[in-house]
Amino acid sequence: MTTVSWRQRLADNGQATGVCVILLALVCLGLIRYDNFGSAYNLSSFLNYNAMFVLISLGMCLVIITGGIDLSVGTVAALSSVTAAYVSPYGLVPALLAGLATGLAAGLVNAVMITRLHIPPFIATLASLLAAKGTALIISGNQTVPVDWASGFTRLGMESIGGLLPWSFAITLVVGAGLWWLLEQRPIGRTMLAVGDNEEAAHLMGLPARKAKTLAYLISGGCAGLAGVFLASGFGAGQPLEGLGWELTAIAAVVVGGTLLTGGKGSLVATLIGALMLGLIFNLLNFENGLGTFNLSAYWQMVIRGAFLFVVIAIQVQITRTRNTG
Amino acid sequence: MTSLHSSRQATPRSASPRWRQAMPVNPRSLALLVALLALILFNVAITPNFLEWQTLSVNVSQVSTIAIVAIGMTLVIATGGIDLSVGAVMALAGALAPLIFLSEFGQQAPLAMTLVAIVVALAVAVACGLFNGVLVSRFGVQPIIATLVLFISGRGLAQVLTNGNLQTFDNPAFEFLGAGRLLGLPFQGWLVVVIALVVAWVIARTRYGRYLLATGGNPQAARMAGVPVTRVKLAAYTSCALLAGLAGLITVAINSASDAAKNGNLMELDAIAAAVVGGALLKGGKAPIAGVILGAAIIQLVRYTLLANGVADEVALVVKAAIIVLAVYLQTPRGAH
Repeated sequence: MTTVSWRQRLADNGQATGVCVILLALVCLGLIRYDNFGSAYNLSSFLNYNAMFVLISLGMCLVIITGGIDLSVGTVAALSSVTAAYVSPYGLVPALLAGLATGLAAGLVNAVMITRLHIPPFIATLASLLAAKGTALIISGNQTVPVDWASGFTRLGMESIGGLLPWSFAITLVVGAGLWWLLEQRPIGRTMLAVGDNEEAAHLMGLPARKAKTLAYLISGGCAGLAGVFLASGFGAGQPLEGLGWELTAIAAVVVGGTLLTGGKGSLVATLIGALMLGLIFNLLNFENGLGTFNLSAYWQMVIRGAFLFVVIAIQVQITRTRNTG
Repeated sequence: MTSLHSSRQATPRSASPRWRQAMPVNPRSLALLVALLALILFNVAITPNFLEWQTLSVNVSQVSTIAIVAIGMTLVIATGGIDLSVGAVMALAGALAPLIFLSEFGQQAPLAMTLVAIVVALAVAVACGLFNGVLVSRFGVQPIIATLVLFISGRGLAQVLTNGNLQTFDNPAFEFLGAGRLLGLPFQGWLVVVIALVVAWVIARTRYGRYLLATGGNPQAARMAGVPVTRVKLAAYTSCALLAGLAGLITVAINSASDAAKNGNLMELDAIAAAVVGGALLKGGKAPIAGVILGAAIIQLVRYTLLANGVADEVALVVKAAIIVLAVYLQTPRGAH
């Protein structure tokens, strides 16, 4: 572990810095243009809603770093929200553990399919996307599952520390810090990077490649499970029909954060910022609509999100080209 | 690379390897055929009223859109890519056509404007394909990311165009695409047969087909051998989007209504599943069209079997997942570390 100067780090993380600057610029724009943008209510509801997306994006980032992909995160979150809702009468902690366990189980299934049966990650997790959706619909009887309000389960997704920092987001930050430590400071994290860079070489060097990949899918599943817990807790019900397309939002956040899908490289911090930025675009559009100067329907938000992703891709292409020619 | 050039001299008795790959003579397609026949026999024994014209009609009608999109997806997968935007392109094309022939202008010359509507919708689909193809082939963006852009914004655009409203219509000429019949079977079923034959012929017998499989097999070697890899990929993504646009029009014609939120939703998953079950390899280099049609038919028939016997749609999802994993597991070489 060599020490790297901050200046060098800044240069290495060009995109992370860029994303950070854009995020700050968007926040400034919001603060100047909209009256209640900086209100405690907006801040806490924004962070609360986006905690789920940040979580699955962080898990996705780890999987992508190992050179894989996890398409199942959205429906696994939906499945976990259902199990958490069913267990919610027994209290906050059991419900949280139930959702987390569901996600970990799904992650384990993914890991076994990928590392033992050698099924390509795209196909394996596509199958578990379908299976998790089917299972969620079967056990919920195709309906939302109301949570038990008396048990305090909803406090997790509806209350915040000091009215500012929602519990869901605080937990997300703790998880994120743990993952950062794992990736940057632990041998297994370095193995994840090595596996993503060149699995064959990592394997030949005697690194525990299979263990690293298994751990990445377990973490991604666990993050999805936790996101499901927040979903059930924040909306007061298990939502078997939610989660479709979340995986692509997560991939978009990872890409916006500058992590390449080829693996071997990636930044959890930039992913976190990328996920927040995608969420912020929605938030700003809502405020813009509130001003009433012009009214963009909800459908425009998807168009703008896609266009935003396109701009990021274009910038990445430009950066790569300049580097290659320069 | 030698096999790429020697096929024209192949003796008539032993069909060329590429014909084998495209037509149902290889063991894999045979296995799929056996699986399909087993499914049919099972249904004959178990499912009430299975051997009726109506059943065949319903299944053909439903499998057609999946098969059409899956053929396009197979071309893209053959280059080692993937197209997540097919469902969004379906929604976009399906929203545009009624918008045009339902407009005031369209009402004045219904038949001509219906044609214009179909052409414009397909042209927009082609534009989407060019967008994907240029990003992937010219700028080297990873296919998942490149097609993610339209996956996210394409359906939104369709909803913006229609204001999110359901467009219902009564246009017999257009509805023929989805409700018309030829020799007693749905028109779109025949369309699938024609498209499959044409694409299989292109893959097996034309220079483009050779280029396509070479590009997916080993892009660098292909490039060095003089294959115009960029154009080959561009053509694959464009064809895929064109076929998706066509499938979008058919779906709208079947329902006599266009719903931008639902049209083609999750179609990318079905199409990828059909392609993979049919024997396409995600790393590219294979385009088994016959297998893909069989794959689509198997996925549809499994779903029908479960539904017709009172098993819920949700269970069908889980079964579909199991089929995908099983199909890929069976084609994965053993002994990889």
